[in-house]
Amino acid sequence: MEHITTPPWAMLAYLVAGVLFIMALRGLSSPATSRAGNRYGMIGMTIAMVTTLLTHGVASLPEIAGAIAIGGGLGFVTARRIKMTDMPQLVAAFHSLVGMAAVLVGLAAYLNPIAFGIAGADGVIEVQSRIEMGLGIAIGAITFSGSVIAFLKLNGNMSGAPIMLPGRHAINLGTLLGILGLVAYFTQDQSAWVIAVITALSFAIGFLLIIPIGGADMPVVVSMLNSYSGWAAAAMGFTLHNTAMIITGALVGSSGAILSYIMCKAMNRSFISVIAGGFGAAPEASSGGAAKVQRPWKRGAAEDAAYLMKEAENVIIIPGYGMAVAQAQHVLREMGDLLKKAGVNVKYAIHPVAGRMPGHMNVLLAEANVPYDEVFELEDINGEFAQADVAFIIGANDVVNPAAKTDKSSPIYGMPVFDVDKAKTVMFIKRSMGGVGYAGVDNDVFYMDQTMMLLADAKKMVEDINKALAH
Amino acid sequence: MDFISILSVFVMACFVGYYVVWSVTPALHTPLMAVTNAISSVIVVGALVAGAAEGSAISKWLGLVAVVLASVNIFGGFAVTERMLAMYKKKEKK
Repeated sequence: MEHITTPPWAMLAYLVAGVLFIMALRGLSSPATSRAGNRYGMIGMTIAMVTTLLTHGVASLPEIAGAIAIGGGLGFVTARRIKMTDMPQLVAAFHSLVGMAAVLVGLAAYLNPIAFGIAGADGVIEVQSRIEMGLGIAIGAITFSGSVIAFLKLNGNMSGAPIMLPGRHAINLGTLLGILGLVAYFTQDQSAWVIAVITALSFAIGFLLIIPIGGADMPVVVSMLNSYSGWAAAAMGFTLHNTAMIITGALVGSSGAILSYIMCKAMNRSFISVIAGGFGAAPEASSGGAAKVQRPWKRGAAEDAAYLMKEAENVIIIPGYGMAVAQAQHVLREMGDLLKKAGVNVKYAIHPVAGRMPGHMNVLLAEANVPYDEVFELEDINGEFAQADVAFIIGANDVVNPAAKTDKSSPIYGMPVFDVDKAKTVMFIKRSMGGVGYAGVDNDVFYMDQTMMLLADAKKMVEDINKALAH
Repeated sequence: MDFISILSVFVMACFVGYYVVWSVTPALHTPLMAVTNAISSVIVVGALVAGAAEGSAISKWLGLVAVVLASVNIFGGFAVTERMLAMYKKKEKK
């Protein structure tokens, strides 16, 4: 039962790395301190890696240096080139790599337990390590296959529509119980087939868990997989008795869990119902949408919109994912600049579920050079619509739908929404009157007296408004 | 370290994580995910142990592949976070 003893200085170094990771997250409490935080993270990672290399007799330094160079180069180039609109896919892809790495490390530890200090000279692995290893591999495999599906859905290689297998709850539950049962059996029998079946079943369950979840719920899924990747790292940390891994695993695990919670709350959906899947399927026509098709609405032109906004005192812009799809963030910022020059007070309002991942819209606006102190969260700005002359909605829909407040039968009922109906004028950019939001519900905002529908491609419309403003 | 002290570190870290993450401003949730991605690749420690050890050729190669995957994440994760954070600017005071 003897471990390869880690020297005290190394244990201390891992602890320092762990603390630096905590500080990396702490830095994100404000944009001003965030970059320093990121540096702490990098230093922590360097310390962890160097310490490991120094304390383990390295028989293969060239190979290791090569592996780091290949992976690092690939990661760096991808990070430089990726478009900000594609961030959710990138994060999903990165999650899958952490998952796969956890599986590989787990299998390597199984094959060479003596090197990991979890077995005596006879090669019999300690019982406690077997549980940790089994769980680590299982969580890693689930993270991997789940993230691959999330990536394919976000990247458009796979339809965002949920795929519902008959009896899927029974299949999933059975598979999960099977994995846990095998981990328990693994403590008695360390044969290779046990670990192989655990790995295979876990890959399968990750796949099965994510395919029934629709595109609209992807922010929750990405956050959830973020959490899993953390727990996988933590499980491996237990196997390796490594504080840096355990602290990090716990941090990342809680981070993902909290983000999932925030996303669920912002959609007024329970975590269980998201996991159960099926949201975003063909909308049921029961919510009375069909009966209200022929209601009068007003169409506005770019010139009217420009004139009204120029005369306004306060304009609140509400961007949604449609803005990102139309790549309208840069022209939108130009519009903001033109309005500010005309003396208008411009603010941006962002709903927690705008975009395809938590905080996505903030990054897109930041990329377009919108100062972050002009961008506000839902609860901070919702009281200001009563003083707003114009609420300018671009690429958003469900997040301004008053049905969420009034219509109990609506699928988005209970979701917190912007009170745009309190603004003097509402401008709503939309491609046509036909389409509805992600949740497939009609929106009363279209038909309000003070609403002006601006029907066009979002980028084209904002460009036209800018032309009119520049006059 | 025995199991109980490891477990203590884990439980404490969960609490620290809970409070630290709630203090992250929602505007930075995307960078948060990118950076947690990068740091969860601390799993590279295990990959290095496997890749550096002698005794099992398969184990060594599994370790090396894991080093490649984790390195993609480490370098990619930190670099993309840095890139995003550099975009967040305050209003210019004139």
